[in-house]
Amino acid sequence: MSIMRLTILASALLTSLVGAAQAQSTLRIGIAEDPDILDPSIGRTYVGRIVFSAFCDKLFDIDEKLNIVPQLALSHETSADGKEMTIKLRPNVKFHDGEPLDAEAAKFSIERHMTLPTSFRKSELASVDHVEVVDPLTIKLVLKTPYSPLIAQLTDRSGMMVSPKATKEAGDKFGLHPVCAGPYKFVERVQQDRMVFEKFADYWNKDNIHIDRVVFLPIVDATVRLANLKSGGLDLIERVLATDIKDVRADSRLVLSTAPELGYLGLTVNIGNDKAKGPLSQSAKVRQALDLSIDREALNQVVFNGEFTPGNQWVSPTHPYYQKAFPVRGRDIAKAKALLKEAGVTSPVTVDYMIPKGAENEAVAQVVQSMAAEAGFDIKIRAVEFATTFKQAQAGEFQVFQINWSGRIDPDGNSYIFMRSKAPQNDGGYANPEADKLMEDGRTTANVAERKAIYEKMTKILLDDLPIIYIYHRTLLIAHTTKLQGYKQMPDGLVRVVGLKFK
Amino acid sequence: MTDAALPAAPITQAYELDSPARRARRRLFKRKAAVFGLVMITMFVGVALLAPLVVPYDPIATSWSLVRKPPTAAHWFGTDELGRDILSRVVYGARASLLAGLISVAIALGVGVPLGLLAGYRGGFVDALISRITDAMLACPFLILAIALAAFLGPSLGNAMIAIGISATPIFIRLTRGQVLVVKAEDYVEAARALGNPPWRIAFSHILPNILPALLVQATLSIAAAIIAEAALSFLGLGQQPPAPSWGSMLNAAQRFLTQAPWMAIWPGLAIFLVVLSLNLLGDGLRDALDPRQR
Amino acid sequence: MLNFLARRIVQIVPTLFFVSVLIFSLQQLLPGDPALVMAGEERDPAVIEQIRQQYRLDQPIPVQYVYWLKGVLTGNFGESLRNKMPVRELIAQKLPVTLQLGSMAMLIALLIGIPAGIVSAVKKGTVWDYAANLFALWGISTPNFWLGIMLIFLFSIELGWLPASGYVPLTENWRASLAATIMPAFVLGNAISAVLMRHTRSAMLQVLESDYVRTARAKGLSERSVILKHAMRNALTPIITLGALELGTLLSGAVLTEQIFSIPGFGKLIVDAVFNRDYAVVQGVVLVTATVYITLNLAADVAYILVNPRLRG
Repeated sequence: MSIMRLTILASALLTSLVGAAQAQSTLRIGIAEDPDILDPSIGRTYVGRIVFSAFCDKLFDIDEKLNIVPQLALSHETSADGKEMTIKLRPNVKFHDGEPLDAEAAKFSIERHMTLPTSFRKSELASVDHVEVVDPLTIKLVLKTPYSPLIAQLTDRSGMMVSPKATKEAGDKFGLHPVCAGPYKFVERVQQDRMVFEKFADYWNKDNIHIDRVVFLPIVDATVRLANLKSGGLDLIERVLATDIKDVRADSRLVLSTAPELGYLGLTVNIGNDKAKGPLSQSAKVRQALDLSIDREALNQVVFNGEFTPGNQWVSPTHPYYQKAFPVRGRDIAKAKALLKEAGVTSPVTVDYMIPKGAENEAVAQVVQSMAAEAGFDIKIRAVEFATTFKQAQAGEFQVFQINWSGRIDPDGNSYIFMRSKAPQNDGGYANPEADKLMEDGRTTANVAERKAIYEKMTKILLDDLPIIYIYHRTLLIAHTTKLQGYKQMPDGLVRVVGLKFK
Repeated sequence: MTDAALPAAPITQAYELDSPARRARRRLFKRKAAVFGLVMITMFVGVALLAPLVVPYDPIATSWSLVRKPPTAAHWFGTDELGRDILSRVVYGARASLLAGLISVAIALGVGVPLGLLAGYRGGFVDALISRITDAMLACPFLILAIALAAFLGPSLGNAMIAIGISATPIFIRLTRGQVLVVKAEDYVEAARALGNPPWRIAFSHILPNILPALLVQATLSIAAAIIAEAALSFLGLGQQPPAPSWGSMLNAAQRFLTQAPWMAIWPGLAIFLVVLSLNLLGDGLRDALDPRQR
Repeated sequence: MLNFLARRIVQIVPTLFFVSVLIFSLQQLLPGDPALVMAGEERDPAVIEQIRQQYRLDQPIPVQYVYWLKGVLTGNFGESLRNKMPVRELIAQKLPVTLQLGSMAMLIALLIGIPAGIVSAVKKGTVWDYAANLFALWGISTPNFWLGIMLIFLFSIELGWLPASGYVPLTENWRASLAATIMPAFVLGNAISAVLMRHTRSAMLQVLESDYVRTARAKGLSERSVILKHAMRNALTPIITLGALELGTLLSGAVLTEQIFSIPGFGKLIVDAVFNRDYAVVQGVVLVTATVYITLNLAADVAYILVNPRLRG
């Protein structure tokens, strides 16, 4: 019959439906989740930070090598005793509502981060005692104690400036209609659907803005995200699956941008809060055996096509603070078995292994399970809803907790809160006074060489104690069309829109 | 052989002596579609029961050198993202799915039928209370109820069964109640009451047997729905825990590899489709065969 | 009739009350602490405590319920914990999306289900009948999330004809809007069309055997006009009410379908809210859904009585 004709007709109809090309000069970015509220004080998701970078400039920024570079500030200077930081602001900067960004506004923004009751920036700025206005374009942060990671905090949400006028009017609803000093200004947001921003005419760096609009579209499924990029429905996507990279590289219309991430995937071992007092909590040897049973490179090959970086520390091997004296060790089943014997435990060692649900987490867990089984571990995987993991983690209801950390620019942000005794995210209840001391010293020391020396000592202790067994560091994978030019990926995973243009 | 495959074997046995039951069975076997459904179900049940004997490989044995390989002579259905044999996982997945279907419907029957009998037979306030709660549960989308319950109980296959069972209960309450209202007015029930039988005995020995055919049909169709629901929950990560296979969780894992390994998604989906189709065919056949209006 | 209607309307109140209690208690039982979930990676104990206080999460459940009920009665459904949007606004934002998807799905279901049902009844026992039945079985036996994945694979990834996900409002660009919703609408409509087909078929068979059609035939009317003018009109009235009821099924089906196609409607809103423990959103959405469902039920009952004068009693 005329099925052939019908098919042709149908396809023609469908393509004509899709074919309605949009006027270019809109940058459409596919992101992996729907962000939470767009208020830099209250925001707490990684994906939210990606959206912020389009409309909310910070005092400082980073470059590819993690150096601090000026953004809304021009320079910073820390006093000899480390207790005062003076920041010079960029002149003639305006917020989206036309208000000037001066020292008063900067002071207001930082104080808001510190005092808003539901602000998640409080702990990041806990070292700041108060903020002083020195002159209309200079502020001074007066610290309680020297705190070397502070400048790094100001390259992230804690360094974002908000319009005092708009903020006072909106209160804690500011995030529904944020007013910042970034390259684009907020137009509208439809929850779970899109966030629209348009070019801000009075942006301080407006000569480098070539695209009229930026639209963020949350698309959870990575395959679908890529399909949309290929079909021209999107111009740039974040978090491409490692297993899809071959596909992207093979497509001449697509470009892949990569950078090593700041975070890690680790196995937090419950040492101090394990009610069952399992062998892992009782003996470092058992933890070392688990560590030695894992073939990180093979895991990387199987689950991520070898695109990620195997790791053993809280920063990746490419990070300036990585301790090269302690490289990733290879798999050694014989030694793992010997260690278990030394520890006097009978195999199989049963392990309650908690993971947040999700196909990728489950794949990693199953590989670890399968590898560890050969050394004598019987891992029982418990995939829990994301909403429950943190509660159970805090309550110590796990023996191993496999969890990602998105990473911070300063190494302190990857270590202190997880391993300092009694720190809020130290779910495993690890407590070692020696390590605690070194973590504190690392925070107060500004000199890089001295700091590295402190972290070297710390690394030795932590690699013996193994409160967290680090497995790998992801590679940030961003794909965009060849039409989009000027894109550069930084290690913090944010998508920077300044300087981008369409061919 | 065939009797054993029926989801509610004891019920058919109880009917053994009645001639309507025999007639119904004869009518059922005259329908090719229903027989096809019955044969398929029997096959799936057989394969699920004998899983360890029929699978070519251990369903959880990983192989790093065989990651995401398309179907070959050695692996008929291909391998998955950890190099496991998909055929073996689909076979073991049948266990999870069929068990989930049976147990959750058993729960729904076990809770729903007595409540429906109570509501229908007693009437009055008890009826009003049970009916309003039933309405309330029916008014919430089935899947949302199941998701919330499964999340509350914690993700595991057993909890998914309970969640689906509870979510499916109101259908059985409503069905039983409606049937009881019809049967209650029949002469023989009136007679039994006049003879002084206690209400519970009337409900169980006079009313229940008469509403069994309707329940049987609904149960068959509900098992089909429960299997889909289990797959949906596992797909959302609220069912079977890794590494044990279930069709829904296999589909969940497959979603990331749709472009490179479409076979990962095709087989478990096809398995769900076939089982559900067979149950629907059987349910339809049973409905026709047990319908007293048909000759 | 009026009596019946009044009784049905009075019944809605306790039903809705039970819905609210059910949903409220169920989600309070959900494991996980909404404040902790909200904090995610940033777990600052002092801030979490502050959030608990602000949203009254630290108070006993009955107290929370009373606060919530008070709000609902004054039209205030509370605000989302995750993004501080008023729940009422979220619902207003999502409802049109799901309505569009739902009506498209229903249209597809009607366009496929009813003709298929009529043909299979009129041509009972022929190839057409078998084909229609086969289609119906396929429709109710395919898990819709699998069908969704397969459609994306075929039409978006392999053929590249349709966008794999997303949503464009009708008002913005109707062609893009239709392109974005056609697949999910088909997935939803497919299952319903099967149900409609089966009911149409049996209703038509019944009508075709009735005295009334026999009389029409005896009068010498052409088969065509017997079917089109007489049989169809009688057979279709119950189908319309069934269609209204199936709208409820649509809402349930939308839960997974919207998730797979990233359609920002009711289904996605509620699933994300359950997983994020965004209580106020779950409560509000379920209450609205249940109200819609109950109202549709009532409307279907009323319609049924109206077209069946015998039942008016």
